[in-house]
Amino acid sequence: MPTLNYAAPSTVDEAVKLLAGASGLAKVLSGGTDLLVQMRSGRMKPDLIVDTKMIPGIIGIREEGGSFVVGAATPGAVVEAHAGMNKAWPGVVEALDLIGSTQIQGRCSLAGNLCNASPAADSVPALYAAGAIAVVVGGKGRREVPVEQIPTAPGRTSLAKDEFILEFKFPPRPPRSGDAYLRFIPRTEMDIAVVGCGISVTLNEQGVCTAARVGLGAVAPTVLLVKDAADALIGHTLDADTLGKLDAAARAACKPINDKRGTIEYRTKVAGVLARRVAAIAFDRAMGKSQGKTH
Amino acid sequence: MNYLGTDLRVVGTRPVRPDGVDKVTGRAQFGADMVMPGMLWGKVKRSPHAHARIVSIDASKALKLPGVRAVITAADLPNIESEEAFVGEGPMNFRDLSRNCMARDKALYEGHAVAAVCAISQAICDEALELIDVKYDVLPYVIDVEDAMKDDAPVLHEDLFTANVEPKPTKPSNIAKRVYFNKGDVEAGFKQADVIVEGRYTTEPVHQAYIEPHACLCSYGADGQCTVFSSSQGHFMVRSYVAKLLGIDISNIRCTPAEIGGGFGGKTLVYLEPLALALSKKCGRPVKMQMTREEVFRASGPTSGATMEVKLGAKKDGTIVAAKHVLKYQAGAFPGSPIQPGCMCGFAMYDLPNIEVLGYDVVSNRPKVAAYRAPGAPIASFAVECALDDLARKLGMDPIEIREKNGAKSGTKTHYGPTHQNIGYLATLEAAKNSAHWKSPLKPGQGRGIATGFWFNIGGESSAAVHVAEDGTVVAVSGSPDIGGSRASIGMMVAEALQIPAEKVRTIVADTASIGFTHVTGGSRVTFATGMAATMAAEKVVDQLKQRAAMIWDITPDAVDWRDGQAFPAGTNAGAFEPLSLAEIALKAARTGGPVTSEVSVNAQGAGPGFGAHICDVEVDKETGQVTIVRYTAVQDVGRAIHPSYVEGQIQGGAVQGIGWALNEEYIYDKDGRMDNPGFLDYRCPVASDLPMIEAILVEVPNPRHPFGARGVGEVPIIPPMAAVGNAIRDAIGLRMASLPMSPPKVRKALDVANGDD
Amino acid sequence: MSKHHVSTTINGEPVEFLCETQQTMLDTLRDVLGLTGSKEGCASGDCGACTIILDGKIVCSCLMLGVEAEGKTITTIEGIAQGDHLHPVQQKFLEHAALQCGFCTPGFIVAAKALLDENPNPTETEARYWLAGNLCRCTGYDKIIRAVMDAAADMRGAAQ
Repeated sequence: MPTLNYAAPSTVDEAVKLLAGASGLAKVLSGGTDLLVQMRSGRMKPDLIVDTKMIPGIIGIREEGGSFVVGAATPGAVVEAHAGMNKAWPGVVEALDLIGSTQIQGRCSLAGNLCNASPAADSVPALYAAGAIAVVVGGKGRREVPVEQIPTAPGRTSLAKDEFILEFKFPPRPPRSGDAYLRFIPRTEMDIAVVGCGISVTLNEQGVCTAARVGLGAVAPTVLLVKDAADALIGHTLDADTLGKLDAAARAACKPINDKRGTIEYRTKVAGVLARRVAAIAFDRAMGKSQGKTH
Repeated sequence: MNYLGTDLRVVGTRPVRPDGVDKVTGRAQFGADMVMPGMLWGKVKRSPHAHARIVSIDASKALKLPGVRAVITAADLPNIESEEAFVGEGPMNFRDLSRNCMARDKALYEGHAVAAVCAISQAICDEALELIDVKYDVLPYVIDVEDAMKDDAPVLHEDLFTANVEPKPTKPSNIAKRVYFNKGDVEAGFKQADVIVEGRYTTEPVHQAYIEPHACLCSYGADGQCTVFSSSQGHFMVRSYVAKLLGIDISNIRCTPAEIGGGFGGKTLVYLEPLALALSKKCGRPVKMQMTREEVFRASGPTSGATMEVKLGAKKDGTIVAAKHVLKYQAGAFPGSPIQPGCMCGFAMYDLPNIEVLGYDVVSNRPKVAAYRAPGAPIASFAVECALDDLARKLGMDPIEIREKNGAKSGTKTHYGPTHQNIGYLATLEAAKNSAHWKSPLKPGQGRGIATGFWFNIGGESSAAVHVAEDGTVVAVSGSPDIGGSRASIGMMVAEALQIPAEKVRTIVADTASIGFTHVTGGSRVTFATGMAATMAAEKVVDQLKQRAAMIWDITPDAVDWRDGQAFPAGTNAGAFEPLSLAEIALKAARTGGPVTSEVSVNAQGAGPGFGAHICDVEVDKETGQVTIVRYTAVQDVGRAIHPSYVEGQIQGGAVQGIGWALNEEYIYDKDGRMDNPGFLDYRCPVASDLPMIEAILVEVPNPRHPFGARGVGEVPIIPPMAAVGNAIRDAIGLRMASLPMSPPKVRKALDVANGDD
Repeated sequence: MSKHHVSTTINGEPVEFLCETQQTMLDTLRDVLGLTGSKEGCASGDCGACTIILDGKIVCSCLMLGVEAEGKTITTIEGIAQGDHLHPVQQKFLEHAALQCGFCTPGFIVAAKALLDENPNPTETEARYWLAGNLCRCTGYDKIIRAVMDAAADMRGAAQ
């Protein structure tokens, strides 16, 4: 019977060597909340599991010159408890917090959520909106990659066989910046997003948007970074006209499918609804009107 | 003895259940928790096709895999002839059950068992399953109930001819049975009506979704003596089915009930036990089998989905003069949907002059349905109670008032025959009307709905024993698996009859060799029927204790009174003796005739029907179509609540299952006839954050046929919720959602259509 | 590959065991160590019946490999009571009849204990969201939530 091997290297080099040298399918294990489900259902049959959690720095959060660096395998619960991340990136934190149950929060990681490459991953639209950078390590050394360049198709990433993500860098936050994430699910918890939307904005003193990024999830084969939706915000305050244009731009970007979680028609409509609601929260946060998570 | 109107000290209180500590500390042993020396693991190979002829099964490669001990297919099991079974809950045929456990000739749904293997580990079982080579001839399939009724539909069973149709059909079809009830003249009734409402309603199959997957551990001895340890709603049911399906004498099978991790009707039949025992027979070792969650969804019973039409006609004053209901229920791959009770329950709450009900039991390429809490009634009542709400609106009447005006009373003759006796429908409505919830104002944008439900409740065969231990403590023995606290209620009734504290009675559930036959835990029958047997056993023990006291005092038993758990001389003429406690009598039992003990078996009749009325408030997010339940109250006539906490729990749990059925639960099929959501991720049961507190209001109209007045309570609460939620949504957004589940995409779509945005 | 030798701490005691890579922590607890209080309801992290505490955080033991237990500290349902002295959450579950079949109960007790360790004064909404990963099909959650809130109140009272 085929054997499944396991290794828990304590250095990046060792991990890279294991991945490079694997004869069959090698999978990186962080929180395991997707991988173990896929293995149990028979959808994924790896030959080697490389548990990266022993690598120094891969779990934890540090501040570097006004920006935050979050270890790739840091559990959601640790990020949610971090005051600095909550203040600077409440949208990223609330998106991560929406992945699964409290139990899942004890294990799930940003890297796992990104590299599982599901279009419905909750933290990913918020990561895209945040403009986070993935620090990738591998046989050819270390490279910094914008997060939106990691997933390429459902279940596929741009990472080479011997590469994995070590940490995420979040850029320094200008004054009057705010981000937010909402997803729509049929229940209040425990569902996969039917649509997810993350928005990050920076405003001037008059409340006019000077920079924006909009991420949309579950409406296309990968999470989308929607430039037209960001352009609908930039140069405007959040009035009815802007909201209407944002709604339209979000809907126009959708290329969803009909499946058990939602129809094309429904997903498209809700993408517009969520974009409006998320923008309102992000703008409020940028103006210092509200703090903290939404649920 | 009847205790109605007497002062009770135990019944109606809330003691800690006897099995409670085991269940909060992880010690309780459920179906998958038992091990035996030399135990093997067993697993099932299942059809990937919705409908396929099995051409061949080659297990030779699997049998060569190290660690594999045996493989079985239908060829290893007796070929069972058609015979109606009255073993579980609802209709079942032994041949169909046998073929549901293991496909013979044809696989009739995706997930249908075609072979089983046992091996030294689960991982080897999994590998062996992949090595079993099954050749299929894939056939056209049909999933939808109305498609299955069409003339050109793929036929599942060549020998199935619609029953109850004259003349007998000459062609086989997927319509297994026609059910028809008529009272009065419905067409004449509609002619008298001032107002008529009509509606077409659909529901999807929903699963019982007990959290514990089916599991068993079975051992076949070389002498033919078998032991079965399994999680079920009736270990006698397991014994009967396994004996019949494998051709074993019933007395050679001993079934021990594991703790059962939920059933709701879905564990009133067998899936794994016959296979595990057949594997054990073949390899000579005990075999443990447990389903995965995916197998539970794909291969064990959901309840029917249905398509229905309802038509109601009323006079201007709200008097309903005609009611018509057509119901088409999916049975799954074999006949036996709960169409019969569905046809009975829809109008059972009402006293109507003219009723016509027509039902169809329809097979299609889905898992065979199993009983689910008040089988058939929730589906029927969804349609009727929504239509009645529409009728009340059209008449400008209050929805409780129209129900009171047409409500069934003692003496009302039902359309299916019996006349209601001692029922509490109007009392239930009255309690709903007087509830704080019904009187409270709604916030802007919210909607409120009410709906009601009826369930027969059943009695039947039950056994219980009461043993007095040497120190005067008491063991009560029940034949009913305890699925939701019945050890507590049985022990309390025994304690009440003995007039001792509940804590002095330890209640256990005995195996099939240790207590008399007892029908399944289903039909809301345990507290009624097994409770009756246990009470009678306790009363016989009281008689014996009085005799023993009389012997000790050397007076006649008639001269002994039993109160406060002690024997007293009945009066001054009986003599002057200090009272004898239960412990004192027990201590002297050897000298007064031996152990004090009694076992009683009954075939209990007179289970009083139950009625419920549920009030629901909702908020609807009009942009996403999401419905939030903001307040919920469930009123129910429970006869007499033995342990009120567990009665409330039944009501709250049933209501929440109904809320799930109303809003998000459904079987979703892909284009190949395969279930697309076989897990708790996409089969969306309510989670804690979806819900408010569920207020349970207990109405107590005693059932005179039970010693303490109890009625069954477990099933009624799942009947009203779908219509209560639907009527609340109707109130909030002005639209009738006639198709379950009322999920966000459907609500948003309905709003868009109504706004002309679609 | 031969089995992994794992040294860990379970319910306060050092434990060594052997497991195969694909065996989850839940498989290991149930089938290797005989700790069957943790239940398998789904094996996909959706029902919470297998909840354990891993280094202070609740996790689904079905979504963790047994081999990952190396060097960790684990509490299972079997370790919540101290001898015959029940944890307040256990006691309140009994008093409030917060269980019917009892199958989901171990997961709820472990998750609720962890909630009260972290937040001694949760709101009803916080308790409901914390426990949203624990499915119960019997109770409709009403009595479970009441038991947890009452346990919290009792524990706060005892702490004063």
